[in-house]
Amino acid sequence: MTKVLVLGELNHDNSLNPVTGELIAAALQLSDDVAVALLGSGVEGSAGRAIAIGASAVYVVDDPAFSGPEIDPKVTALTEVCKQVGPEVVLIGRTQDGREVGPRVAFRLGAGLAQDCIRVGVDGDTGRVVATRPVYGGSAMAAVNFPGDGAQVVIMRGRAYEALDPDVSRNGEIVPISVDLSTSPNRVRNIRTVAQASEGVRLEDADIVVAGGRGLGGPEPFEVIEQLADVLGGAMGASRAACDAGWIDHSYQVGLTGRTIAPNVYITVGISGASQHMAGCSGARHIVAINKDREANIFKDASYGVVGDWEAVIPSFMETVRDLVNS
Amino acid sequence: MNIIVCVKQVLDPEMPASAFKVDPETKRVVESQGTPPVLNGFDENAVEAALRIKDAVGAHVTALSLGRSFVMDVVKKPLSMGADDLVLLEDEAFHDLDSFATATVLSAAIRKIGDYDLILAGRQASDWDNAQVPLGVAEMLELPCLSVAQKVDVADGTVSVQQVVPDGYQELEADLPALVTVTNELGEPRYATLRGIMAAGRKTPTVWNAADLGIDASALAPKVTITDLYVPVTDRSVEIIEGEDDADAGRKLALKLREDKLI
Repeated sequence: MTKVLVLGELNHDNSLNPVTGELIAAALQLSDDVAVALLGSGVEGSAGRAIAIGASAVYVVDDPAFSGPEIDPKVTALTEVCKQVGPEVVLIGRTQDGREVGPRVAFRLGAGLAQDCIRVGVDGDTGRVVATRPVYGGSAMAAVNFPGDGAQVVIMRGRAYEALDPDVSRNGEIVPISVDLSTSPNRVRNIRTVAQASEGVRLEDADIVVAGGRGLGGPEPFEVIEQLADVLGGAMGASRAACDAGWIDHSYQVGLTGRTIAPNVYITVGISGASQHMAGCSGARHIVAINKDREANIFKDASYGVVGDWEAVIPSFMETVRDLVNS
Repeated sequence: MNIIVCVKQVLDPEMPASAFKVDPETKRVVESQGTPPVLNGFDENAVEAALRIKDAVGAHVTALSLGRSFVMDVVKKPLSMGADDLVLLEDEAFHDLDSFATATVLSAAIRKIGDYDLILAGRQASDWDNAQVPLGVAEMLELPCLSVAQKVDVADGTVSVQQVVPDGYQELEADLPALVTVTNELGEPRYATLRGIMAAGRKTPTVWNAADLGIDASALAPKVTITDLYVPVTDRSVEIIEGEDDADAGRKLALKLREDKLI
């Protein structure tokens, strides 16, 4: 049987981050024997929650070092948990912490590593994991497997699997594990965290996102995009090209290396739809494309499109939307 | 101050979708005849970060690249931007390596270069977007690892970076030597100057193979293999909204979205 260890993620208040439920659901595709590692102090509540959503064991490493943003202690602790528990597969979320902890733990263990996976399964012949992931910015899909018999580390993209409904009648054990962190001092020092909160609805939470790209031609049109987002009660986004040109702050960047959004409606204005951009909005249910080039990639993914000049399309679109919203 | 910048030649991510093809036999992307490869964008940002440090405090900048079928105009770009040296790692045994093996070879080359204070790399490469080789190099060389930096400064034996996080940034620092991965928020890389291009043309890169690095092929055995690679079919079909003119199309689009209860 494949024994799977999930790296649990905790919120600032020590509640269990929803990504943990997604990872447990993915792990249950591989084995019934799913354990969760929790790195933190006072996490009994979250340990119980992890069991209620499918874990059969929770390994808790209790140390105040994990409450800060430092990555080094988490790498050391997870490596040590893996050595003690000996999982065949380790599942980690592609989160702020996970994207660095996962690869570093894999390299320390000498394990095989697959990044950004959206599906996992077991190879019937070898019993080893097969993982599927988008590559080339989503232009292609790859299936990868792990030859040999060492550990396998799989980093999952968010929202790839849906968490189980909690069931308090599920049983599991909570096992404390002690790790000596003194042997691996923090080599990276966190001086301070600077918040640059954008106003209004958060991009990740918005039901409607309106985004502008290179086709807007300059910074001023983003005022129009922002107005349109306001009228729709949504949030504003941008393509990397527009951000790199300095037309709008990078905090608005939607895409593989920017924000990942999953709105009900995603309205793109002057965005060509490069695959790296589309990787950040693949969860959008309906894409609306406004672009003057009918051959642009964006029309391949869009449900609705207008082929035209945004300077003519957007004012009448906004006026009509305003009338509809007010009526 | 000695800086090593890891750079990678990649398929142009801006190439038209119609030019992107996968060979169903080899399960590899067909190298397009029409679209030449480029230097990975984030690696250009890393070169820019190195050159800003060189401008500020003085530094010797060495670009390091592993690959096969190098296009000289592409891999010499760091030189034409202002880097001092170029080391290329080229060997049939280096073909199609996984991240672990790639990090193994790069680490061996960095050890052979020997005298370094700072290693820079792009945060990820635009082909497989793994974002794992630089982290592996940091682990193998036991260096402090500072990822996704939008600003990199060096002073008094310390590197300070601004690491991009979803709602702002974190200020991190570490003692040198250290490894930093760089993101595009750092700002546009500088253009190559004519003088830089001329100088780069005259420079001969140092080329090392597996034997030069003392690497045995068995150390490069894959831990991960690609069993399939395919272009996914999208099932969305677009409904193009037309009007008498662009303004009319905009109006009709709003009405259509309302009709379908999307706004």
